[in-house]
Amino acid sequence: MSRLDTTFPRLRQQGRKALIPYVTAGHPDADITPALMHVLVEAGADVIELGVPFSDPSADGPTIQAASEEALRRGIGLQQVFDQVRRFRESDIDTPVVLMGYANPIERYDLLRQPGAFAADAAAAGVDGVLVVDYPPEVSGDLAAQLRRHGIDLIFLLAPTSTERRIRQIAERADGYVYCVSVKGVTGTTTLDIAQVRDTLARIRQHVRIPVGVGFGIRDAGTAREIAQVADAVVIGSWLIESLAGKPAAEALAAASDLIRDVRRQLDKDAPEQDQAFKTEYSKP
Amino acid sequence: MTRKPIYDQPDLDGFFGRFGGSFISETLAQAVEELHAAYRRYRDDPAFITEFEEELADYVGRPSPVYYARRLSEETGGARIFLKREDLNHTGAHKINNVIGQAMLARRMGKRRIIAETGAGQHGVATATICARYGLECVIYMGSVDIERQRPNVQRMALLGATVVPVTAGSRTLKDAMNDAIRDWVTNVDNTFYLIGSVAGMHPYPTMVRDFQTVIGRECLTQMPVLFKRLGMAKQHPDAVIACVGGGSNAIGIFHPYIEHEGVRLIGVEAAGLGLDTGRHAASIQRGSPGVLHGSRSLILQDDNGQVRETHSISAGLDYPGVGPEHAWLHEIGRAEYVGATDDEALSAFHRLSRVEGIIPALEASHAVAHALKLAASLPREQAILVNLSGRGDKDMETVMARRDSGGQP
Repeated sequence: MSRLDTTFPRLRQQGRKALIPYVTAGHPDADITPALMHVLVEAGADVIELGVPFSDPSADGPTIQAASEEALRRGIGLQQVFDQVRRFRESDIDTPVVLMGYANPIERYDLLRQPGAFAADAAAAGVDGVLVVDYPPEVSGDLAAQLRRHGIDLIFLLAPTSTERRIRQIAERADGYVYCVSVKGVTGTTTLDIAQVRDTLARIRQHVRIPVGVGFGIRDAGTAREIAQVADAVVIGSWLIESLAGKPAAEALAAASDLIRDVRRQLDKDAPEQDQAFKTEYSKP
Repeated sequence: MTRKPIYDQPDLDGFFGRFGGSFISETLAQAVEELHAAYRRYRDDPAFITEFEEELADYVGRPSPVYYARRLSEETGGARIFLKREDLNHTGAHKINNVIGQAMLARRMGKRRIIAETGAGQHGVATATICARYGLECVIYMGSVDIERQRPNVQRMALLGATVVPVTAGSRTLKDAMNDAIRDWVTNVDNTFYLIGSVAGMHPYPTMVRDFQTVIGRECLTQMPVLFKRLGMAKQHPDAVIACVGGGSNAIGIFHPYIEHEGVRLIGVEAAGLGLDTGRHAASIQRGSPGVLHGSRSLILQDDNGQVRETHSISAGLDYPGVGPEHAWLHEIGRAEYVGATDDEALSAFHRLSRVEGIIPALEASHAVAHALKLAASLPREQAILVNLSGRGDKDMETVMARRDSGGQP
């Protein structure tokens, strides 16, 4: 059972929504990632999506592209990412970590070692979920089987353009949670339409029984709250990365903490009163 | 051999053996499916085919001739060299064949906005041309490095009414232009058609672009016997067909009809840049490994972390770290051979063809000519080599002159 399978039921019981920050591994600094992950958890993150840098991130907008390019210049590959997760796990054994990236670094990892090496090493490092942006369900069978063997969930994207047939196809295969893309576009888009998100979620929920998170284009805490009212989780990526970019480590950590704490506070405004004690714990300075 | 081999690639999922397929984000799935449905519907539609043929005849000027390069052949000694003159097409290269086919499809799908990537600018010019002719909005993504070295084509695109968007991410060449075009498509999927210029990308592009380009090889199948007869050569087919390979659309266009003619050698010439062992080249087949880029699995140039490497070639049109999946497959099954020509060899062939035959070839096609010269010298006079002269060299004046001024060439 992956950590994701316990996180979402616990949140549901508490009447709270999952907050999922996305950071690119090795950004804004090669060694900052484990510390940054801890800061995000302390500020109220429930799951962490860790971006694996790739040279050709064609589903990402300028912010994540730039973060990815920076990380690549610092030599961040899958081995370094696994090492960062391992270091994070030394003092956090509860928070689920999901790797998000593209197919080629994973295929290359296995080709240079052996089939299944990626899944085995990800599991050993303490990874709970994997989202491969350019692996649609049709081609993800082998990876899904390898990940399942190690108790790792394969996470899928769904989009406003996904047809009912594809939603059903992905519903049959998805584990952990489904990541619903809020807009037609790339990550970091500025024109999120709540009504459209609501409509997409309704179509998804006709078939998908696992939690649904929404991301791409959430750029303020108010929007995060609105999204959380209709989704099970909100993903904060480009907005968070922009707040870190170009900052020295201490400042970047403080900025990440402030941003996630603020979003957490907004999300928990809709949590039931009996969880007040829980909320105040997160609101501590 | 009694049985004629049947070549029926790709399979239903767009795989040529282990290469090809559709490795796309869910945000693109619907758009690709819609395109596929439209292509399936029209590819065998008689009205579509007739219109395509009329456009190729009246607007492009097809069939393009095959020219026997007598002086070049005699000077080289050995096999006779024939040139398939795709450089004589309207807009100056083979790219227009595919552009017309896809633009016709876009119109039938009701998409009024066309986007495309371009390296050398030939595909961008062809796309801008057809958009002008059909009254469609046109946006071309082009790496800022390529904009510098192919200025005349940038000016032509602007003149034709297209918007050229400089791409400054990554290596600022063709692969990055393709990334940005994909991002645009995802964002504007309702009204936008992505017109890919090579046999790369996700299924069905490698198959669709091939199908629109095979007119090159099909014409050769009927033209060559006539030429051979005139020259008193007792043969139907050339002994070797040679084409340059970047993404590989001109090569697949001339190779494909010859695949089932097993006696015909198919030779793809990759850009060897400064040399195949210098790390400064674009030889994805000879120096690449299996990987997933731009929506399909093929042979790509990458490092041990699976990051796509920067490439080098004097010709912008070959400066791409991947290759169409069908070429990776033809290489794997041994039906086609892939070799390299360096920057210097291509330049030397460029000058030689200009001086000896009065034909100024594109630097891309010069790679094919360079290998043809090498091969011809090693073969007897009875043999025939057919070269796809995929484009003309007007666009390359600046590059060639800069090299001459720096003492590279005569």
